[in-house]
Amino acid sequence: MKNTISHRVADFLKNFPPFNVLGQTDLETLAEEITIVYKEKDSVIFAENDEPHPYFYVVNKGAVALKKGSDKSIMDMCDEGDIFGLRPLMAQENYKMSAKAHEESILYAIPINIFKPYAQKNIAVGNFLIESFASNTRNPYSKSHRGKLYDEVPDTNPVAPDTHVLDLQSVQYSKKLVTCTPTTSAKTIAKRMTEKKVGAMLVVKDKMPIGIITDKDLRNNIVTGKYPITTKAKEIMVSPVITYNKHLTITQAQMAMMKSNISHLCITKDGTPNSKAIGILSKHDVMVALGNNPAVLIKAINRAKKIKSIKQIRKSITHLLQDYLDQNIPIKLTTKIISELNDACVKQIIKLSLAEMPTRPPVKFAWLALGSQGRSEQLLQTDQDNAMVFENVPEDKLIETTAYFLELSKLINKGLFDIGYDYCPAEMMASNPNWCLSLDEWKKTISHWIINPGTDEVLLSSIFFDYNITYGDVNLVNELSEHIFETTKKYPIFYLHLASGALQNPSPTGFFRQLLVEEDGEHKDSFDLKRRALMPLTDAARVLILSHSVKSINSTAERFEKLAELEPNNEEIFMACSFATRALLKFRTKHGLLHNDSGRYIAIDKLTKEEKIKLKRTFKTIKEIQELVSIRFKVSNLLR
Amino acid sequence: MIDFFKKKVNNYPDYWLEYENSFNKKPIEDLSQVRFVVLDTETTGFDYLNDRILCIGALSLVDKNIALNQSLELFLKQDHYNAETAKIHGILKNGGASCINESVAMEELLGFLKNAVIVAHHAIFDITMINRALERNGLPRLKNKVLDTSHLYKKTLLNSNVFKKKEHYSLDELAEKFDISKKDRHTALGDAYITAIAFLKIRSRLKGKGQLRLKDLLKMG
Repeated sequence: MKNTISHRVADFLKNFPPFNVLGQTDLETLAEEITIVYKEKDSVIFAENDEPHPYFYVVNKGAVALKKGSDKSIMDMCDEGDIFGLRPLMAQENYKMSAKAHEESILYAIPINIFKPYAQKNIAVGNFLIESFASNTRNPYSKSHRGKLYDEVPDTNPVAPDTHVLDLQSVQYSKKLVTCTPTTSAKTIAKRMTEKKVGAMLVVKDKMPIGIITDKDLRNNIVTGKYPITTKAKEIMVSPVITYNKHLTITQAQMAMMKSNISHLCITKDGTPNSKAIGILSKHDVMVALGNNPAVLIKAINRAKKIKSIKQIRKSITHLLQDYLDQNIPIKLTTKIISELNDACVKQIIKLSLAEMPTRPPVKFAWLALGSQGRSEQLLQTDQDNAMVFENVPEDKLIETTAYFLELSKLINKGLFDIGYDYCPAEMMASNPNWCLSLDEWKKTISHWIINPGTDEVLLSSIFFDYNITYGDVNLVNELSEHIFETTKKYPIFYLHLASGALQNPSPTGFFRQLLVEEDGEHKDSFDLKRRALMPLTDAARVLILSHSVKSINSTAERFEKLAELEPNNEEIFMACSFATRALLKFRTKHGLLHNDSGRYIAIDKLTKEEKIKLKRTFKTIKEIQELVSIRFKVSNLLR
Repeated sequence: MIDFFKKKVNNYPDYWLEYENSFNKKPIEDLSQVRFVVLDTETTGFDYLNDRILCIGALSLVDKNIALNQSLELFLKQDHYNAETAKIHGILKNGGASCINESVAMEELLGFLKNAVIVAHHAIFDITMINRALERNGLPRLKNKVLDTSHLYKKTLLNSNVFKKKEHYSLDELAEKFDISKKDRHTALGDAYITAIAFLKIRSRLKGKGQLRLKDLLKMG
């Protein structure tokens, strides 16, 4: 039956092959028969060797991983608009791969008996299917053939390889050509290259590439004074241009660049210099495709114009993290690099959100990352915790200004959500009016927490006091920090409460030194690494460093290092804590990557003996630091 | 006395009796077997007495699947008409899709509903509007069990003093929270779809508290 929802489904499908070649009426008839399927994260859609369903699937939202073999290696990742599970239906055989929801997903299940007549009737649809099946009998929708299949989709996002078969992958080149004519002046060329943020300009005549000018050519020819700035393009361009067709693989591109010692390749329609130029491929594009270089990723982030492309880059960051852990690179360095990259993503989202606002911000502001993100300890994506502080404004302007920053925060929170940071379940986000305040309002709030330290206030402080500026005016944040130190000095009782809060985390081991596991709920029988091991350390570091009035050190491990420096007599225990924090963080990240979650809960029975020993070793340190905190701040048993 | 009751029962049309009979089956407890009908009504206003239903949209949901060929979209003929609400809903009087009488709409609705569990956002409103329409056509009230996504959603939120839950959460807020497109907001079927996806996402978040049964859901909202 034709209705509002089937219209919407048809609207979605018409953007993707092979549905894009179907007529509107056909598409709507098809849409009416579709079943919308909701799949929780990690739920199975079909398993290897299952009998085929009467439907095939199109991803509407989320992502689906196709896996094969006993090792369950991921063969392909299907995103929005991708089709899967069709070939077995056409070939009338069982599924050769299993499909599992990699994220929470919504799928459109299309009945094969309704679709088949279209495939037989419509030549374009049939050809699409034949080509995609013939390209690779096992995995017709793999990334390596994506360029061929999804020609219509304007997608220049750098996609990190999901497999390591780089030789077979075609490269993602930039399709937005920046070109000039042979008579354009060097000055104009330099200006446009700056404007478009590119490193090379293609010189074209009748759409055919006749030469190329790179940053290097401008430097060698113009800046050295060899040619005047008014020189025409044809005088300084390098020609002929090295051209290839678009089916070039990553390895081929690398070899071509090395062979000719050049940094840019031109992609033309038939691969010769005598056809239309359709794209340009730089060394940078190749590096992004390889996805193993933080500098390249940062560049890609800063160039990203859409939130969607940042999401793709985030996948590369996860790959990088996995590689670092596999290669056993020191966790200290890994944390630094990954946090920088995550930070850059957030910054870019803020920039994009600012551009989306109708007007510029009325006053200065600062975006604060709270919690683990503020401590630069966030390796895996978890929930977002953030806050907004803006300059004081006259009272009559306050409502208007707050409204502006709430609107901005909403955009930023949505952007962060889109790249994979879930909303905070307790609404500790800048789009919540309680977390988007002027400097004076924040001061008032903080004073209230410090002067009336009830359980809630201590909890809020422990989340907020790890803030770190991500974007905006650093003076605002410094003033806020000063205020905290001054107020806590006046009300030292606050330390006592913060310290007792730090001691309230449940103990990691029981009487017989066995690991204590959760007794009920979703994570029954697994070990809560965050609450039982990491949080006691984080909380202890916070109260100790605050009592020393040290600002701008946020990472727990670094805080302990600083404490060791400040209190040489306790150096040993603080260094042990620093070490334990890093070890636990690494532990958590490894498990998180393994299970595609936050790594917070660990299944004890899956741990090796060695891992268990390592884990237990850190508990001794936790116990010692808790005793130190308890004695120093005179936390009485009453308060505990 | 008994005769009197019997006579009254016999006065109900066949489609009501069929609807009533569907409840004779033993209720199912396994959530993957239960048939849910997610519905939404667009009305001329918020007055139970004077306002009328303009449109009913309903989707059938079984085991996390929504089959589009089993959905219902009814446009009702209007006598009473309020230009203000029509602006929001974009349904012109007797215009657009083919409109049917209230009595025919009730017959179709009951035939679609059967003994399904109804899911709606701020369900009390939709259910009351439908019950009033049934009453006008000389029929008793709906017999279905009802779940309200606005109540269920609150159960997914943290229980903490630090963070105050609101009294009510609008469908817009849910759509934003769960990243559901609001393109078809304020059409009955569009809202029903948003409600359905929100209901599924709420259920997966509630699962954390152990295996969910229909009984538990009904207790919550």
